[in-house]
Amino acid sequence: MLKINNLQVAYGGIEAVKGIDLEVPDGKIVTLIGANGAGKSTTLRSIVNLVKAKSGSITYNGDELLGLDTTQIVDKGITLVPEGRHVFPDLTVLENLKIGAYMRKDNLEDDIKHIYSLFPRLEERSWQAAGTLSGGEQQMLAVGRAMMSKPKLLMMDEPSLGLAPLIVQGIFDIIKTLNDEGMTILLIEQNANMALKIADIAYVLETGKITRQGTGAELLADETIKEAYLGKSKKN
Amino acid sequence: MNTQKMTFSSFIKTHWKTIVFLGLLLIGIALANEFADSYLRRILNLCAIYTIVSLGMNLVNGFTGQFSLGQAGFMAIGAYTVAIFTVPVEMRASVFYLEPMAPFLANIELPFIGALILGGIFSALVAFLIGYPCLRLRGDYLAIATLGFSEIIRIIFTNTQTITNGALGIKGIPTISNLWWTYGIALLVIIATILLVNSSYGRAFKSIREDEIAAEAMGIGLFKTKMTSFMIGAFFTGIAGGLFAALLGTVDPKQFYFTLTYNFLLIIVLGGMGSISGTIISSFIVTIGLEWLRFLDEPMAFGLDLPIFRPGFRMVIFSLLLMIIVLFYRKGLMGTNELTWDFIRKKIRSIQSRLGRKTSIDGGEKK
Repeated sequence: MLKINNLQVAYGGIEAVKGIDLEVPDGKIVTLIGANGAGKSTTLRSIVNLVKAKSGSITYNGDELLGLDTTQIVDKGITLVPEGRHVFPDLTVLENLKIGAYMRKDNLEDDIKHIYSLFPRLEERSWQAAGTLSGGEQQMLAVGRAMMSKPKLLMMDEPSLGLAPLIVQGIFDIIKTLNDEGMTILLIEQNANMALKIADIAYVLETGKITRQGTGAELLADETIKEAYLGKSKKN
Repeated sequence: MNTQKMTFSSFIKTHWKTIVFLGLLLIGIALANEFADSYLRRILNLCAIYTIVSLGMNLVNGFTGQFSLGQAGFMAIGAYTVAIFTVPVEMRASVFYLEPMAPFLANIELPFIGALILGGIFSALVAFLIGYPCLRLRGDYLAIATLGFSEIIRIIFTNTQTITNGALGIKGIPTISNLWWTYGIALLVIIATILLVNSSYGRAFKSIREDEIAAEAMGIGLFKTKMTSFMIGAFFTGIAGGLFAALLGTVDPKQFYFTLTYNFLLIIVLGGMGSISGTIISSFIVTIGLEWLRFLDEPMAFGLDLPIFRPGFRMVIFSLLLMIIVLFYRKGLMGTNELTWDFIRKKIRSIQSRLGRKTSIDGGEKK
């Protein structure tokens, strides 16, 4: 279980995250929704120490993560799929997957096979440079690459960004499949509708503070949430 | 996909072309060793040495994406290590005739191979010192620091009279007169680089070049990985510097101006940043080209007495040729590809199909 207590993160003098508390129980899908600049990405990035937290604590199964290197955090089983995919464009799909397993020294064949069975498109394009893939395929690759490190907790930063609705549906199906296989998922999304539908637990982040929390279904039914994030105005 | 065990015969079967090629290369070196004059041998030796330096540089600049400009400095360290430790003890008084050699060094003589490896190790250690502050930062700090370092090391060597004999340089280094040393070591470096680049470390290097944020998110320690690449590159360069000293038989600080680094930068850009075979090919092209164009430096006249052919003119032509190559091959001769048999086959096929299409179009027009 990942536990965040009173986390504060600042860029220079600007506070992006103003003391949030968050829990991600094992085996659940947890989502963090909110508008641009609410501090969602910052929260995720500070969990893997890509951004330095100012104060607070982040513990995973009781171990403090603040102060550890990204390498050590990945080694504990937490992997981030960064926003905007960030595949390695000039390397082949297979090389991209192998880099995902950088921390492991054991046999990769079975895991590559497993990922290819989840994403048959990647197998077809195994020798293609990742930069030549379509946006959706790149997102699949980014997810596949993160899975190669065999994470216990997979964190995804806006997996639906810039993808066609049909592809987004596919990505969310995969997230559900991964969760059914036992992986814990922490998801941040602007596409609140999709995220809330699959989430066990949801948090709403507004300008660096958590303003609402509950189960996905609860928030989905909530009028103010609907208004703010799901595109329903008061008139209808 | 179970891992196949390579038997000896299947290894021969899949790699027979490479083995034949290597065999021919060995015969070629042996022939050149026997029959080539000393001028040609000197150039061929230089080709091998430049290959080693450029591979070291490409590992850092091409594969890891860190811009290092310290090659001349690292070569100087390797060259001076070999010079200081291999000049025979009894000759040292005559080499260091202005000021005697420092007593703690004066009686140490190492075998050539020992001094060579020591030179590589010294280079790598200095690389560690430079990299320690620079490689933590993103951006071009490494380029500035290494450029500065390469000038500093030259000035240090000019002024440490009792160790490096200052501006007089060190003469009387036992020379290597055949091609086996340079080509043997070049081959080892090539094999080491190929193995490294295709290992998980090599993939980590490339991932840092491609996207630092994603590489870090995958758990790759940026600083440690960049440092590994930088130190290995410096080690290779130091070794090459040592060979360089032993080839010429003399070292002096002026050989290691930072302009030397630009030769290597040119080689890796021309060959393709991130291509081992491209680096090897362009090492030969650039080294031989610089020599072959020497006729342009000598006065010549076409009827009218136009004195355009004068010392330095070859560099004008050379720069022009380079511009043309860079215009038409923007990513270098090889890009990030490697010259494999498959690559050659594909190229030939694409040329064939292009020719074939041309003739068919011509045929169509006639009808």
